[in-house]
Amino acid sequence: MAWETVIGLEIHAQLSTKTKIFSGASTAFGAEPNTQACAVDLGLPGVLPVVNAEVVRLAVRFALATNSSITERSQFARKNYFYPDLPKGYQISQMALPIVGPGEMTIFDGEDRQKTIRITRAHLEEDAGKSVHDLFSDQTGIDLNRAGTPLLEIVSEPDLNSAVEAVAYAKKMHALVRYIDICDGNMQEGSFRCDANVSIREKGSDVLGTRSEIKNLNSFRFLERAIDFEVERQIDVLEGGGEVVQETRLYDADRDETRSMRSKEEAFDYRYFPDPDLPPLLVEQSFIEQVRANMPELPTVRTQRFVTDYELSEADAVTLTSERPTADYFEATLAAQHITPRLAATWVMGEVFSRLNNDGLSLEQSPVNAEALAGLLIRIQDNTISGKIAKSVLDTMWESGEPADKIIAAKGLQQITDTGAIEAMIDEVIANNPEQLAEYRAGKDKLISYFIGAVMKASKGKANPGELNKLLKPKLDG
Amino acid sequence: MDIHTKTLAEQAELLKQKKVSSVELCQHYLDRIERLDSKFNSLITVDAERALAAAKLSDEKLAKGEGEALEGLPLIHKDIFCTDGVLTTCGSRMLDNFIAPYDATVVQRLQNQGMVMLAKANMDEFAMGSSNENSYFGNVVNPWKAGTVPGGSSGGSAAAVAARLAPVATGTDTGGSIRQPAAFCGLSGIKPTYGRVSRYGMIAFASSLDQAGPFATTAKDCAMMLQGMAGFDERDSTSSDQAVPSYTDGLDQSLEGLKIGVPAEYFADGLDASVAQAVEQAIEEFKKAGASIKPISLPNQGLCIPAYYVVAPAEASSNLSRFDGVRFGHRCDNPVDLEDLYKRSRAEGFGDEVKRRILIGAYTLSAGFYDAYYLKALQVRRLISDDFQKAFNDVDVILGPTTPTPAFAMGDKTDDPVAMYLNDLYTVSANLSGLPAMSIPCGFADGLPVGLQLVTNHFEEARLLQVAHQYQQITDWHTRAPEGLD
Repeated sequence: MAWETVIGLEIHAQLSTKTKIFSGASTAFGAEPNTQACAVDLGLPGVLPVVNAEVVRLAVRFALATNSSITERSQFARKNYFYPDLPKGYQISQMALPIVGPGEMTIFDGEDRQKTIRITRAHLEEDAGKSVHDLFSDQTGIDLNRAGTPLLEIVSEPDLNSAVEAVAYAKKMHALVRYIDICDGNMQEGSFRCDANVSIREKGSDVLGTRSEIKNLNSFRFLERAIDFEVERQIDVLEGGGEVVQETRLYDADRDETRSMRSKEEAFDYRYFPDPDLPPLLVEQSFIEQVRANMPELPTVRTQRFVTDYELSEADAVTLTSERPTADYFEATLAAQHITPRLAATWVMGEVFSRLNNDGLSLEQSPVNAEALAGLLIRIQDNTISGKIAKSVLDTMWESGEPADKIIAAKGLQQITDTGAIEAMIDEVIANNPEQLAEYRAGKDKLISYFIGAVMKASKGKANPGELNKLLKPKLDG
Repeated sequence: MDIHTKTLAEQAELLKQKKVSSVELCQHYLDRIERLDSKFNSLITVDAERALAAAKLSDEKLAKGEGEALEGLPLIHKDIFCTDGVLTTCGSRMLDNFIAPYDATVVQRLQNQGMVMLAKANMDEFAMGSSNENSYFGNVVNPWKAGTVPGGSSGGSAAAVAARLAPVATGTDTGGSIRQPAAFCGLSGIKPTYGRVSRYGMIAFASSLDQAGPFATTAKDCAMMLQGMAGFDERDSTSSDQAVPSYTDGLDQSLEGLKIGVPAEYFADGLDASVAQAVEQAIEEFKKAGASIKPISLPNQGLCIPAYYVVAPAEASSNLSRFDGVRFGHRCDNPVDLEDLYKRSRAEGFGDEVKRRILIGAYTLSAGFYDAYYLKALQVRRLISDDFQKAFNDVDVILGPTTPTPAFAMGDKTDDPVAMYLNDLYTVSANLSGLPAMSIPCGFADGLPVGLQLVTNHFEEARLLQVAHQYQQITDWHTRAPEGLD
């Protein structure tokens, strides 16, 4: 039987605010346990939450970037359950009236076709603290530094039909939230994590199958593998005559499998109700306009600008703008020196990317920053060095962190552009190769490349190729 | 010294004229507390040392002719307000060891106004109760008659002021918890408009209903206190940023032309004849003072108690989840696992009435029942509120009894929660609609005080206090004090 996979994602993006969603405590990562939790975060008696205006601004930014509707009067609700790292015994979230309503995002599916994924909603909520199980024997430690960290939970419709699509959507969302500067996207620190709702159905059916929810996937690789495993598992269950049960599952990366965490029967009744401590959250049109006016340039707009302003191909423009750091790096390279966009694009996408890939680095971690790259490219542009030499200079820059000019000078790599010097080398090569000259003059045109190679070798690669070509042929032709 | 027979306003004058010092005044009350409170059990914590140190600082300011409006005046706080460095129990075993690292806004403001805290008052556990029989720290006795309840939940605050252990006290009112004990103890007490006084640092019972307010012997003293308590607080998102008017400036305006509405529903079944008689007498007094009386109707009055007992427990069930034995408060001995820690800590830490309301609240919020109970109660709440708004088109103030009966005997209603809940019959509607309401003494029944309730529209506390003050200019019920307390 042919099966179709149906996936919806819930993405938790930690909003990059300095302070928490309902208190003035810092959100900085990595502090000593419980040093960044104030009375409000600790849920002490009598304290009250106050909404951090910055989270509203960031949520509106998200809505504008995804063509989502913005709820004029949204509402915070309490999600009640007991857990030691949930200080109040409830999480303040949004239920019936989320701040962000329906929107959409376009991705490329596995076959490079565009596909629009509907965003159901995005709502604001506070994160819980952290239970530390492995630090003390027989006891669990509670660290409430993370309690009250602002999250935007972005819920998609079940429009994704494969693990590949799910990853494409998650990656695009990851790039977007960083693009619009609402989330640092750090997956190791948990700033961006996914829950996947996975079900399968007979191909062609329009009825959704029973889903399982896989919690807390904090890398794209885990997302893909967890979905793949889960789809296979569900197919096995159905083809074995069984039924998929609605449940929450956990992905175990070490064993590469998902495991049942709790069934529908064991599911909590969260007893949601509007939080009486927080009046409805009003977002006025004037506020939205203010956010819009200060919106960072969106990826799609930037792509078009790259095509128009820099005369790049659509494909190159998409590659360069898919991640904000790449586009910023590219434009910083152009800004540092008058580099032609074409040259900068080729080098960023080619030489820089391949070196980053080899070293497993992100662009932010690149040993060669945009200014340094521009310092190299300008030497290609002004014919000081050839592109080939430039690659070896970049290698050295990558290792030593020294600027291009210093390396070029130290190694004497400046291109020979002096026509007299090149002519002298040509003359010497011709004199040393009388037989090849004779063959060439007898009609074996291809031998010109032999002479180019010989002169280049004699110049240790420094002869300006343009000049060499110009001067060589007349001399060979006599 | 008989300075405890003076009102707060009179004491303020004596302090300014240096006829008495704050230290003398506070010491006088501390002596009375030591001598008398064993009869009433109105207080949980007395902090004489701290009080006298603060009084000394106030005296230094007063000596220099400085000091705030309430400088050097003593008060008692209900033990629901967090006080930095001083035990805050909320009347519960759950918090019998809890010392907050912060002051409630109400505490801070009154302190900034120069007031000196003498003690913290007993109360029904987590403010749940109408008789102060639900306190982990024992019953409070009504100073008017031994064996009689002082009302609740702010029973300790009311009993303390009635026994003249302080000139004023703070309380909180979620369904009548200031007005009902004020009525039972022969005091003036005001519950302001929802949002008028910050709830920050006031341990939450039902967040959408809770409001803090003062107890005093006179409306004028209530006005002075409310002046010190009211105002926007950026730490409470439900507090109002509407400007606070002067509550004392207009007190002397006459009642000429005032339109008073009397709801027929307040004089129906359940109202004790002696209470009805006292209230009717009060109506005559108002007529004499130039007010006109208009019969009105609040048709949904009968739905108040059911709506209240859905909304309040629902919010409470969630508000009280933080008392889990993990970070503060009572924790059971030797928990074997997390579930055991939760179950035993909460089973041991909470009393019966609190557990009853948590159960009711968790039930009404649970999946499948939410729409039938909680949502329905919110709709009813709207209807009740609309009734008042309609009435206020025609009248300035609504008048009626504060409670159906005067103070009852201890143990009378402890086995019948619903009978106990009916004590709130006339008071919960003001909480459900967020309106300011006040109780003032208007007579006696069998030697026990009877309370008159006045309600005005939102943020019309000034008018409420003026009407009460004017009534107190032509009557002397508010000047009566329990006997044998010298």
